[in-house]
Amino acid sequence: MSAPTVSPSASAQTSPAPARKPGSAPLRWLRRNAVVLAGAASLVYLLLPNAVVMLFSFNKPAGRFNYEWRTFSTDAWTDPCGVADMCGSLALSLQIGLLATVFATAFGTFAAFALARYRFRGKGTGNALIFLPMAMPEVVMGASLGTLFLNTRVAFGFVTILIAHIMFCLSFVVVAVKARVMSMDPRLEEAARDLYAGPVQTFLRVTLPLAAPGIAAGAMLSFALSFDDFIITQFNAGPSTVTFPVFVWGAAQRGVPVQVNVIGTAMFLIAVAIVLGGRIASGRRRRQA
Amino acid sequence: MTITLTGISKVFGDFTAVHPLDLTIPEGSFFALLGASGCGKTTTLRMIAGLEEPTGGSIRLGDEDITGLPPHKRPVNTVFQNYALFPHLDVSENVAFGLRRRGITSVRKQVEEMLELVELGQLAKRKPRQLSGGQQQRVALARALINRPQVLLLDEPLGALDLKLRRQMQLELKRIQTEVGITFVHVTHDQEEAMTMADTVAVMNAGRVEQLGAPDELYERPRSTFVANFLGTSNLIEAEITETEGEYLLLKAVGTDTALRLPAERCAVEDPQAGGKVLVGVRPEKITLAHAEDADTGSGKGSADNRLSGRIRDAGYLGVSMQYVVDTPVCPEFSVYEQNVERDARLAPGAEVVMRWRPAHTFALDAAQDADAGTLEDSL
Amino acid sequence: MSAPAVPASAGAPPPSGPEPHGSGSSGPSDGAVAGAAARPRRRLTPYWLLLPAGLWLAVFFVAPFFYQASTSVQSGSLEEGFRVTWDFTNYTDALATYAPHFLRSFLYAASATVLCLLIGYPLAYMIAFRAGRWRGLLLVMVIAPFFTSFLIRTLAWKTILSDAGPVVGVLKSVHILDVTSQLGLTGDERLLATPLAVVCGLTYNFLPFMILPLYSSLERIDLSLHEAARDLYAKPATVFRKVTFPLSLPGVVAGTLLTFIPASGDYINAQLLGSPNTQMVGNAIQKQFLNVLDYPAAAAMSFILMAIILIVVSVYMRKAGTEELV
Repeated sequence: MSAPTVSPSASAQTSPAPARKPGSAPLRWLRRNAVVLAGAASLVYLLLPNAVVMLFSFNKPAGRFNYEWRTFSTDAWTDPCGVADMCGSLALSLQIGLLATVFATAFGTFAAFALARYRFRGKGTGNALIFLPMAMPEVVMGASLGTLFLNTRVAFGFVTILIAHIMFCLSFVVVAVKARVMSMDPRLEEAARDLYAGPVQTFLRVTLPLAAPGIAAGAMLSFALSFDDFIITQFNAGPSTVTFPVFVWGAAQRGVPVQVNVIGTAMFLIAVAIVLGGRIASGRRRRQA
Repeated sequence: MTITLTGISKVFGDFTAVHPLDLTIPEGSFFALLGASGCGKTTTLRMIAGLEEPTGGSIRLGDEDITGLPPHKRPVNTVFQNYALFPHLDVSENVAFGLRRRGITSVRKQVEEMLELVELGQLAKRKPRQLSGGQQQRVALARALINRPQVLLLDEPLGALDLKLRRQMQLELKRIQTEVGITFVHVTHDQEEAMTMADTVAVMNAGRVEQLGAPDELYERPRSTFVANFLGTSNLIEAEITETEGEYLLLKAVGTDTALRLPAERCAVEDPQAGGKVLVGVRPEKITLAHAEDADTGSGKGSADNRLSGRIRDAGYLGVSMQYVVDTPVCPEFSVYEQNVERDARLAPGAEVVMRWRPAHTFALDAAQDADAGTLEDSL
Repeated sequence: MSAPAVPASAGAPPPSGPEPHGSGSSGPSDGAVAGAAARPRRRLTPYWLLLPAGLWLAVFFVAPFFYQASTSVQSGSLEEGFRVTWDFTNYTDALATYAPHFLRSFLYAASATVLCLLIGYPLAYMIAFRAGRWRGLLLVMVIAPFFTSFLIRTLAWKTILSDAGPVVGVLKSVHILDVTSQLGLTGDERLLATPLAVVCGLTYNFLPFMILPLYSSLERIDLSLHEAARDLYAKPATVFRKVTFPLSLPGVVAGTLLTFIPASGDYINAQLLGSPNTQMVGNAIQKQFLNVLDYPAAAAMSFILMAIILIVVSVYMRKAGTEELV
């Protein structure tokens, strides 16, 4: 912009300046990309353990503990259920995860609609009730729920774990669905009503499809939280209900079988494949249309 | 079908959005509700659509009372502000939505025809977010019109479009309305849009209808300062009625000797009496401007004209016209528009001028109102 | 909102012909009656919607705290049974015996929170502003670790930080471990079983909880604000200090809470990566509840933990002045 007003002497002074300091170009690059480099380092920190888990799923450890690298082996991959009880615990975790997801997603979605769409007495209490479980350390929730079951003489087992998981998944579903519902344009539902859709039709044809991404996100979060929960589960599990994290915890004291790494790696790869596959599919659909 | 609103009103908490309102919208008309934001025009429209429950009063469509009918049971469709197209459905499914909800399964032919009418046939499989604003607007129109509603409601339908496109769509909407012949009720804050398209305009302000009539009637004979200022620009002079002379009222600008004349029927004050205060108004384009040196030439033919002298403060070149701001003893900042035919080079800031206009172009309003109601300063 | 029986408003007398809307009496238009009948039903809808979740949380989240409160003032033993004796010694004993645990909990959690912010901010910033078309993929990579059970990932840190591993080797060769052991963070030329390892594990575990809220508040910032700041003579560092960071504060507050709260109650990292000298209050609660079976002591401790967290969080939120977290 200012080019015409710059006097010749001024431009003569500034232009050779970079040449005089030869080290400044890489330095400038470094300064400009410092954020990217720091971000990349954080990402390495974040993903390093996953890489280690993957690598050590091909290890053939000397003793019972799989902490030091010895030789490459695919033994564990060819026999993933070779460890006593591990696959049973995996099945239990999947069962509880699915059931907890179904209940938490249904209840949470209802509650999210109530809190996002209506004004009513007690709404503030409702919001607080939803928020509090997320602001409470798991050990406190686990211990107090355990105390309830002890005092009411409910036997610890499948049901108590399921109850606990639905309890802590609920809030996350509500938050995910509520955010989505609040960002929805209320005029879209008015348009549906204007175009001869009754209340039920409006909900099924417009509201639900629009809220679906939020509900799906809440459901996925529920499953992940439930499947991976250890602390609350430990306080509310019976001796015979060993979920996968409880199994791993026990294994960490007695000796970690390589198969644990196989399961960890497989879960990671499957989930990443699902997410990336979904992204590619939706990207292609967008480009086609 | 004629829409009849009887004593319709809407109160939100302690805010009255619409005061009890009586309005008849004749069948087949293009009716505009015009007003600034928050004046109650959209609320009125939403009550007709059934999206808002009236606090009181009733709405009739022809002979049927539809006050309590939910929106999906009313033969009325809406083109929403920002269109409200369903993002998860493609263009043809958006258009087919209303038909499908009424249980019509073979919709393809109708949808195709409707998309042809709005010239979007080739975009049927696109999602709304892949369309431009003008295209989205046409889809919204098609989606409403395909249901052959008895009344089409349009809520600021052109608000999101740029100026050129808006002009084009104004003519297009007018054409479609004439073609399909159904009643259009159009809500807008754009006075030009209302005047170009509508047969009848209702100017709303603070939950009330200020004046209702054909666009030229509203413009030429405003009955309140709000209408005078909101529709176009008006120069308002405080004046006192001195006497009645046949069909004319003689007045004197307050604080001066400037005499003014206008036909008694153009006075909005009921039963004007000598000594009464009024606001005398004139539109800027009705005024002829002459340099003070030439002021008396041609006095023969314009001797009955209203005359006012002043000094040019500012002159702006607008292409088709010149816009002058003239300071006068009776009113600062008089606006004058002159056609760009033969420009008098002497008419520059600082020049002494005489302004002249015909009594038949003059109107008078009740002086008990805020003279600035409806101006830009008023809304700020 | 208004009562069902609202006559047409005072300004206009009700029309003589049809029934004024909403009068509830049997008007000629059945639509009006349906509308009036629908209103009370609609008023109850939010309560019905909230009922399952609300009941669930009331019974399995709120009620347990009352049971825990009563348990915390009981005394007795497992063999003889526990009775409510209003014995507050459970609280004083817990504080006396486990004061170091409480202290360590909050110290480690606070350190981990600060580290999470320092490590997470650049990554969130990079994804929000510098990632371009890789943004989606990078977000997946931030969430990806969740897909492997976090116990397994924490065990992986045992390998990474092991005495013979490369990390210890490098740190040893540049004598950083000497410095950290001087500071009491490590000892015996090793990382495992030291406070540093526990903090490292906590930081790692809760990092995504910091990054995601940070990202979502950064992503919302209009880039033209950066340009406006640059245009108004702000250096890049000033743009960050005066525009970007203040606008990302809601994310900072949410992220620090989501990191600090669970970290202060965690016992897994202390157990797997630490030593008996790095035990946190979570370890103590877990031991009392699941091994010693001294339920009153466990209840008293978790009450103290909860109280401290509530106080810390409410003070912090007042200071930060952000109330739109949920």
